[in-house]
Amino acid sequence: MVMADNFNFELVSPERLLVSGSVSEVVIPATEGEMTVMANHAPTMTTIKPGVVTVKFADGRKDRYVVFGGFADIIPTGCTLLAESAVPAADIKSDEITRRIEAARAELAHAKSDDQKFGIETYLAELTTLQGIVVPV
Amino acid sequence: MPSLKDLKNRIASVKATQKITKAMKMVAAAKLRRAQEAAEAARPYSQRMSAVLANIAQAVGQDDSAPRLMTGTGKDQVHLLVVCTAERGLCGGFNSQIARLARDHTRKLLASGKTVKIICVGKKGFDILRREFASLIIDRVDLREVKKIGFANADQIGRKVIGLFEQGEFDVCTLFYSEFKSVIAQIPTALQLIPASAPAAVAETTGATAIYDYEPDASAILGDLIPRNISVQIFRALLENVAGEMGAKMSAMDNATRNAGEMINKLTLNYNRQRQAQITKELIEIISGAEAL
Repeated sequence: MVMADNFNFELVSPERLLVSGSVSEVVIPATEGEMTVMANHAPTMTTIKPGVVTVKFADGRKDRYVVFGGFADIIPTGCTLLAESAVPAADIKSDEITRRIEAARAELAHAKSDDQKFGIETYLAELTTLQGIVVPV
Repeated sequence: MPSLKDLKNRIASVKATQKITKAMKMVAAAKLRRAQEAAEAARPYSQRMSAVLANIAQAVGQDDSAPRLMTGTGKDQVHLLVVCTAERGLCGGFNSQIARLARDHTRKLLASGKTVKIICVGKKGFDILRREFASLIIDRVDLREVKKIGFANADQIGRKVIGLFEQGEFDVCTLFYSEFKSVIAQIPTALQLIPASAPAAVAETTGATAIYDYEPDASAILGDLIPRNISVQIFRALLENVAGEMGAKMSAMDNATRNAGEMINKLTLNYNRQRQAQITKELIEIISGAEAL
């Protein structure tokens, strides 16, 4: 089997650039299901739900980041992930997620339209799943 | 004519002031460096964001499905001004420049019969605008407790603005802040947030804009992207403001330190002159006393 090609991956949060480098494989939590991005992927633009991004660098190193929503812009030669907030998985604190869950619950109580309610409920469910993944009980 | 003792006290007090302004200048310089780093670090995100936005806006085009945040309400009767200033003074004309721009804008809008609503971010702008437009200020955001401005702060303001828009509280939203050009130049700027002007298409540079797959569809992504872009713009404005404030404070404090130095020189000259005059006077008294004998 031929070794997978490498491509450029960038993980950016509004505060800073977290990752920029050559990677062989990235797993991103897209809204419509997790997807693995490899080199020569068809151009895709997708929204991201709260979840874990797994980055496999060209040198075989693996890193995990927790992101809270955002976008991915995928072209054959690269992938840019614009995360609303991104933290290395090792540094994530469970109370950080708990805080977001509580904030979302408070928002839910004030939601007026059904659409809005649905959106927040989805977000809540995603957050809860994420909490289950990142924080082993 | 102040006595020698008075002069001495004056000199001591000016010296104390000079020490304070010097310290403030150094603090501002250190903070400026940090603020510049923060602004630098935030740049990639906003750049990529506008690239993505330009790309997708092109795909959606002038479709009817384009979100209202982008097309606007079709009116421009009610204007919302978000005025970002610093929390603290002692930074030269920094705050008043932003406030003046906002004030001129407000007057112009009021003169042409529009309704104006103002949200003040930062205490100083609020203090200045309150004098004239107290009744127009609908909200103020206090960032006094915030040590380091994070995206969350900007996002909060962004959500507030979008919430108001969805309730139909205004038609056009303009952001006022100061653009950081250099340490000595900060340019007060007005930026229209809503309706969002799509960044000029960069089709030429990206060449053939590849045919993208959109997940979910393009307009759903756009609907998600634009509110986020508003928060990003506010975030960028806040960061520029912090850098600008520190730059302005630095040069203001540098001036103050220099002025204090000049004042000390002048006072010292005065003091020495008077001291010498007194010595001469005493000598004359002694000599004429001796001659009289």
